[in-house]
Amino acid sequence: MTVSISSDDLNRIRADFPVLSTTSSGVPLVYLDNAATTQKPKCVADRLYKFYTEEYGTIHRGVYQLSQQATDFYESSRETVRGFLNARSISEVIFTKGTTEAINLVAHSFGRAFLKAGDEIVISGMEHHANIVPWQQVCEFTGAVLRVVPLQDDGSILMSDFQSLLSDRTKLVSMVHVSNALGTVNPVSEIVKLAHGVGAKVLIDGAQAVSHFQVDVQSLDCDFYVFSSHKLYGPTGVGVLYGKEDLLNRMPPYQTGGDMIESVTFEKTTFAKAPARFEAGTPAIAEVIGFAEAIRYVQTIGFDFIQKQESLLLAYATEQFEKLSGVTIIGTASEKASVLSFAIDGVHPHDIGTVMDDLGIAIRAGHHCAQPVMKRFGVPATARASFAFYNTTEEIDRLVAGVKRCQELLT
Amino acid sequence: MSRLEQLYQDMILEHNKHPRHFEAIENPTHTAFGKNPLCGDEYHLSVEINDNVLSSIGFQGSGCAISKSSASMMTELVLGKTVQEALLIKDAFLTLLMQEGVGADRALLGKLMVFEGVKKYPIRVKCATLIWRALEAALEGVVEISTE
Repeated sequence: MTVSISSDDLNRIRADFPVLSTTSSGVPLVYLDNAATTQKPKCVADRLYKFYTEEYGTIHRGVYQLSQQATDFYESSRETVRGFLNARSISEVIFTKGTTEAINLVAHSFGRAFLKAGDEIVISGMEHHANIVPWQQVCEFTGAVLRVVPLQDDGSILMSDFQSLLSDRTKLVSMVHVSNALGTVNPVSEIVKLAHGVGAKVLIDGAQAVSHFQVDVQSLDCDFYVFSSHKLYGPTGVGVLYGKEDLLNRMPPYQTGGDMIESVTFEKTTFAKAPARFEAGTPAIAEVIGFAEAIRYVQTIGFDFIQKQESLLLAYATEQFEKLSGVTIIGTASEKASVLSFAIDGVHPHDIGTVMDDLGIAIRAGHHCAQPVMKRFGVPATARASFAFYNTTEEIDRLVAGVKRCQELLT
Repeated sequence: MSRLEQLYQDMILEHNKHPRHFEAIENPTHTAFGKNPLCGDEYHLSVEINDNVLSSIGFQGSGCAISKSSASMMTELVLGKTVQEALLIKDAFLTLLMQEGVGADRALLGKLMVFEGVKKYPIRVKCATLIWRALEAALEGVVEISTE
């Protein structure tokens, strides 16, 4: 049914991630919480270490060589991200603290400047809280109205439902590319096309997408695309806002301060253009440089391999789970990333998480910051295993054994 | 006993499967809603107090094995006690789980000592204490508490 990956290839890759050879509860660690955050290859940690121990300096201001070199590393990281997304220009790549800050930036800047009472923002029923609450705040501030595309039983949305919410009142569509709680992959190209058809701008939350497949913002034609480094094998504290250049330069700054101005007098300040316009203060320099290293690592592994291995893992896990009685998979859309949310009859997800932990298996148990999704499926929470290319079918066997252990113990 | 077996002792598992007083009561005089937004546990607790005695008690809601069995065993232990006695038991239980157990009045807790294993899972302490926080709130007239 699935293409197999040579265990030599896989072992070589696993050796890049030192944590994967550690133990937990006295047995080899099985790390299946990749949708929350991915583990780091050694090259990323090494890059941070080298920068901090041999190359550290601030950026954009020092006349000395350390600072100039740090600036070059930082700005060439922007070029790495540009290439990764196939953005037109490095001016379209803004470094943020993460996906959440990137969405908040657009909400505060674009949302408050360009939306007014009666305008509509369309999101889906599978959004992470980070793509719900900022828009609720914008609505409260401007009088705009939030509209939500309902979820089907399999965790997908119908394009006809989406289309029926679009009108000339729609000013922004903000939609997740891949659902963190369900794994659903949304047809974002079509979403962008339909939204542009009514003159709306589109933000795509790619936090769960960029680690699984190639994203090309020019072919998507979205107006904004946001994601985090730490879910892409890079350091925490860094994310990206991609935005179309002309749009970014029409947007007011989100935060103000150093590094983002053209000139300041006590009477008037003029602001720099993007990206500096949106990067007030000293950024996470080392983390940005480590992030570029993570992207290069992912590009070396290649999305062909990543997609092959992850779809194999998802198919294998789905097949094994379907054989289990008293277990329900939540999120069964035909287009899915390697995320398996599940419920065990009579066992609370929190107990599943604890039993798994005792077996050395790290999974997520909770509402995944997507409470409306939990409500839609009538569960307080789910257990979620999410796979990365470094996971193995043997690890899924241990997960399945863990499910059986939960049932023995708690039902 | 493994760490996991200390957590999920038979008595805890049995109360989880067959919780006592897992129902609404007819004439509550004191109620509270307790929730742990992190894991989604939530319980409504209702108590009837007559002449300073907890004459009836019931809880409803959903949560993990630890929170549910803790609630079930709490209702058994505090039923028929005076408000002051119930609050002393509550203090003993919270001390057992929150402060390394030092100074907890173990005699007051009796069977509830099975929850001592929860301490080895710091993230689960909030599950075990949720209903006790709700009891405290109900007796003090607070309507809603959260243990996030």
